Amino acid sequence: MVLLDVENLRTYFETRGGFVKAVDGVSLQIEKGDALGLAGESGCGKTTTVLSIMRLLPFNGRVLGGKILFDGVDMIKIDEEKLRQEIRWKRMSMIFQGAMNALNPVFRVGDQIIQAIRVHEGITKESASKRVEELFSLVGIDPDRTRDYPHEFSGGMKQRAIIAMSLACNPDLVIADEPVTALDVIVQAQILELMRDLREKLGLSMIMITHDLSVIADICNKAAIMYAGKIVEQGDIVTIFKHPEHPYSQGLLTNYPSIKGEKKKFAPISGRPPNLISPPPGCRFHPRCPYADEICRREDPETVEMKRGHYVACHMKNR
Amino acid sequence: MSHEESIVEIDDLKMWFPVRTGFLQSLLSKEQLYVKAVDGVTFDIKKGEIFGLAGESGCGKTTMGRVILRLIEATGGKVRFKGEDVFTFGKREMKEFRRRAQIIYQDPYESLDPRMSIFDFVAEPLIVHKIGNEKELVVDALERAELTPPQEFFHRFPHELSGGQRQRVAIARAMILNPEFIVADEPVSMLDVSIRSSILDLMVRLRDELDISYLYITHDLATARQVCDRIGILYLGKLVEEAPIDALVDNPLHPYTQALIAAVPVPDPTVEKSKAIIKGEIPNPINLPPGCRFHTRCLYAEEICMKKEPKLIEAKKDHRAACHIVTRK
Repeated sequence: MVLLDVENLRTYFETRGGFVKAVDGVSLQIEKGDALGLAGESGCGKTTTVLSIMRLLPFNGRVLGGKILFDGVDMIKIDEEKLRQEIRWKRMSMIFQGAMNALNPVFRVGDQIIQAIRVHEGITKESASKRVEELFSLVGIDPDRTRDYPHEFSGGMKQRAIIAMSLACNPDLVIADEPVTALDVIVQAQILELMRDLREKLGLSMIMITHDLSVIADICNKAAIMYAGKIVEQGDIVTIFKHPEHPYSQGLLTNYPSIKGEKKKFAPISGRPPNLISPPPGCRFHPRCPYADEICRREDPETVEMKRGHYVACHMKNR
Repeated sequence: MSHEESIVEIDDLKMWFPVRTGFLQSLLSKEQLYVKAVDGVTFDIKKGEIFGLAGESGCGKTTMGRVILRLIEATGGKVRFKGEDVFTFGKREMKEFRRRAQIIYQDPYESLDPRMSIFDFVAEPLIVHKIGNEKELVVDALERAELTPPQEFFHRFPHELSGGQRQRVAIARAMILNPEFIVADEPVSMLDVSIRSSILDLMVRLRDELDISYLYITHDLATARQVCDRIGILYLGKLVEEAPIDALVDNPLHPYTQALIAAVPVPDPTVEKSKAIIKGEIPNPINLPPGCRFHTRCLYAEEICMKKEPKLIEAKKDHRAACHIVTRK
């Protein structure tokens, strides 16, 4: 069953320098139970894509085209009040980047989660507080610590509390923006273990934004590689990691160091991502692509399904 | 690559930071508390070698880099640079040491002076050390750091450059005095993945061409594996294991190193997933656990581990570990 269907999404930001085409024709599908990893360099539009889905764009960002269907509901057209009451947090929640450092230092951690629950569900404080205790044990924090303040928590515990908050209203889809980036490796492994567990236990669907490809290989079943506002390749993780087709995905993966297997010979991708106010014509990757041809400079490549569920946007591969 | 000659020898190095307490507290407790950021560490870096220093945040790895370069004064121990005791250097010798030992910082957005042009920034060490011929040497340094054509960068300012270019500028500045030893403190952790490999590549190439030695400080074992020759693992200010990189990654001896390596996710969905073998987080560095500092989280801890601090001793050839259980046999 398709839970989330995004088609040809375009989100631009209005700035003094012109329109920044942050997301420009992104399509993706999440089936129930999927965990999709969305990877790419900073500024490629990963976060903008999910903020468009959650309808949490900053004031100067606008969805200019495309379609976002969440379980049949048109997320672009839905009334703000209805969105807030029926969808956001209740059915679709988010772990924001750096949220563990955004817990309010003068309120008890438990109370902050109670507040999040009561904004969305009309239940009493007592039952909300009971829910928080359950959530705490679900994410591996001692339920007796709901009355602690954020400074009494370690980094890993704060991140667990944020995950608990995202699960507070039993959502179907959790969007996690760089959930382990600022954590030390052992704590990171603990959180990844927790997220794998929760996915299994609760049958959660997830979108996981990260620049860390190894994290995607660790907990996702699908991956999408983004470059300059477009998804250049997506598919199941084994295909993406073992047989990437797009030159950009290949470049990212060959340069990704690993603790296991053969040591790699680096072949860095030259150049840097384009300015999204005036992206290059044709394929946006062509100025950095070793295989770029005449057609790549002229025409934007279409996304083609090379094999079932494996989509690639590259002239060279799609011929 | 590993020559036998050591360029930097670190001997029982200690850096303790006193904990400042309030007036009342100071009346109540007589004991001065310390954060023992580096607490009796011994190792050496060979000529032309990239020695990695890894560990979680707060383990003392950055402090170690700074003490070795004498950017802060050590509490105890010795650092010898080419056989000479760095801590006894007078003003003139210190200046010479500053020329031969350099540092590259973690964040190129912070380490570059936003009001200095790239030319002025890279040339500044030449002025400090009264070396003429600035233009030629700057061109040379920028070229070595692969910022080409160099003239195009002369009059630009840091804000006009990308993160990768800024880190290259920092490398050019570190290289301009022809140093023999560079401390690279997390040089790529602030950069995008696609740029990291080119910066690491550059560092390795400069080592190959100019025989520079590095202390490469990092929390990322996967990149350490790519660039280092040998590596040391720090835990709460102590070296727990030290070995050639492949030996350490493929066959870690210390339980902490084993946990670290198992926790690193692998960019390959077909291999085993990352595992959190040990629970909890690094303890408070002010109240260090007695005995082995790791015993509170160790899966194999025995009675002796709680009482006696293990020494870093050779468990196998060239492979040292500080663990009662590993080194008992």
